[in-house]
Amino acid sequence: MKVLVYPPNSMILSDLVERGGHEAVVLMKEIGEHVRDAEIDAPPINITEDDLKRALRYVSVEEPAGLKGRIGLLAPLLEKAEASIILSDAPPTFGCMGCAVADEFFKFLIRKREIPTLEVKYEGGEKMDEMVSAIMKFLARLSGEEKK
Amino acid sequence: MTKVAQISCGTEYSGIQWMLDDIAGRVGIELVYPEMELSKVELACKELGFVAESPSLNMMMARAVSMLDDPTIKGALLLTCFRCAEGTIAKDMVRRFLHERTDIPIISYSNVEKPKEIEIFSRLEALKTMITRKALLMREKQEGITIGVDSGSSTTKVVVMRDNEIIGEGWLPTTDPVKSADDAIEAALKEAGISGKKVDAIGVTGHGRELVSEHVKADLNLEEVSVVSKGAALLSKRHKGDATVIDIGGMNNKLILMRDGIANTFNLGGICGGSSGRFLEVASHRLDVDISKLGQLAMKSKVKKGEGEFELQSYCMVFGIQSLVVALASGVKREDVAAAACRSVAEQVYENQIQEMEIRPPVIFVGGVSLVEGVKREFEDMLGVEIIVPPYSQHAGAVGIATLVSGV
Repeated sequence: MKVLVYPPNSMILSDLVERGGHEAVVLMKEIGEHVRDAEIDAPPINITEDDLKRALRYVSVEEPAGLKGRIGLLAPLLEKAEASIILSDAPPTFGCMGCAVADEFFKFLIRKREIPTLEVKYEGGEKMDEMVSAIMKFLARLSGEEKK
Repeated sequence: MTKVAQISCGTEYSGIQWMLDDIAGRVGIELVYPEMELSKVELACKELGFVAESPSLNMMMARAVSMLDDPTIKGALLLTCFRCAEGTIAKDMVRRFLHERTDIPIISYSNVEKPKEIEIFSRLEALKTMITRKALLMREKQEGITIGVDSGSSTTKVVVMRDNEIIGEGWLPTTDPVKSADDAIEAALKEAGISGKKVDAIGVTGHGRELVSEHVKADLNLEEVSVVSKGAALLSKRHKGDATVIDIGGMNNKLILMRDGIANTFNLGGICGGSSGRFLEVASHRLDVDISKLGQLAMKSKVKKGEGEFELQSYCMVFGIQSLVVALASGVKREDVAAAACRSVAEQVYENQIQEMEIRPPVIFVGGVSLVEGVKREFEDMLGVEIIVPPYSQHAGAVGIATLVSGV
């Protein structure tokens, strides 16, 4: 299954999804495609007018430019996701998008898609095991559903 | 290359970073991002006394703190998205923080996804002048005989100065910038009663400066922000301490904060013609009064604020004027309509520019619109401070460049 993770640039979540036998839907791939596109010359991450226009399917034209750019970049992820894991209260080093409103809105859009979603709170220290275990159980359940 | 710190929260996501880098390169600026350890972000937020919900804004504040440790950074560009409430708060906090801790020039800008190149270019160009021409900008007196040309978007202003005094002036509508400049120079020299051969140097500023400068073989060609602020300081004799300059011209406006006669932060208008002299020109045409008499007409209005004064329904050049015409047709007095037009310009400058920066008294009002008394009165009502309109206020740009070129 294609599992979208939030924060969408979290390497740890992405790794867990791959270990659980699924395909991680992450921002790095999307940005990678943008950056490697020789046709676009808008460094550093090649956000184009098309990305900003794509965002208008989800946000009002009155929203700030940075929010539109972020949602435009995230929209393809949202559209291809078959399941998702939303990790809340993660520290910035765990992966972050930077703009609080874009973050909140993206989580809202994920929930609105009504795909199987695990919402789990970030836990540090000893409780980290429980967090990882909940994620792995969710991924195993997805595998089971996929086999059915 | 001059190092300028870009303190922003994610312009790469707005798709404009390439444009910023490109323009910066063209004006000789290298945009750098002050580095800091992630662990310092929390400390920086504490130092500024504000923690944002957005991690990137917290990082932006940390970059501002980190910037203070890098002596090679000579200026700062503060950027957040237009219409972002949290970004605007953080940007303002950073600006105030940097103003308290350092003397380097700072500019703020709220970016949209398709900014006008000229808006960014003129800001970065002015920032570059403030950094690299500081010694020249410190000049407080004009010496010898010099000519200052301000090739503006609506009018061309020229002054001939001799030993810190204006001895000739020319003020003509800008049609062909070169011809208008030639004619205005001729008029100013005639009034001064001197021949062009006796002129020691000539300086040019304004929108048409590249073209005019080449034509007149100018000794100095500088952007308007530094020049207008210098002219305002000179005309009002305010060379020391803080001051604020409001410059409203025919098609754009500037708000400049000065310290010791040199601009150190500014905000440029130009998004909407409704806050320019052009709006008042159109209004005076509809009121059948010469633009030079519009202010006096407005001053005749006796209706006090909050007592049912007439207000234009829009700041827009089209809809505001439409509202004005409807008011006249429904019997509102001409002087009350003239006052409303002046208030509309002052309010728009206040809402779009002044509210983004603080006011540092004294406030010096220059540019063609400063001659419209009604606008001055509206600013005084709005800001609650006395506004200084120095003599020759419409010539601030020309006086500034005539003074600066005498030091070249």
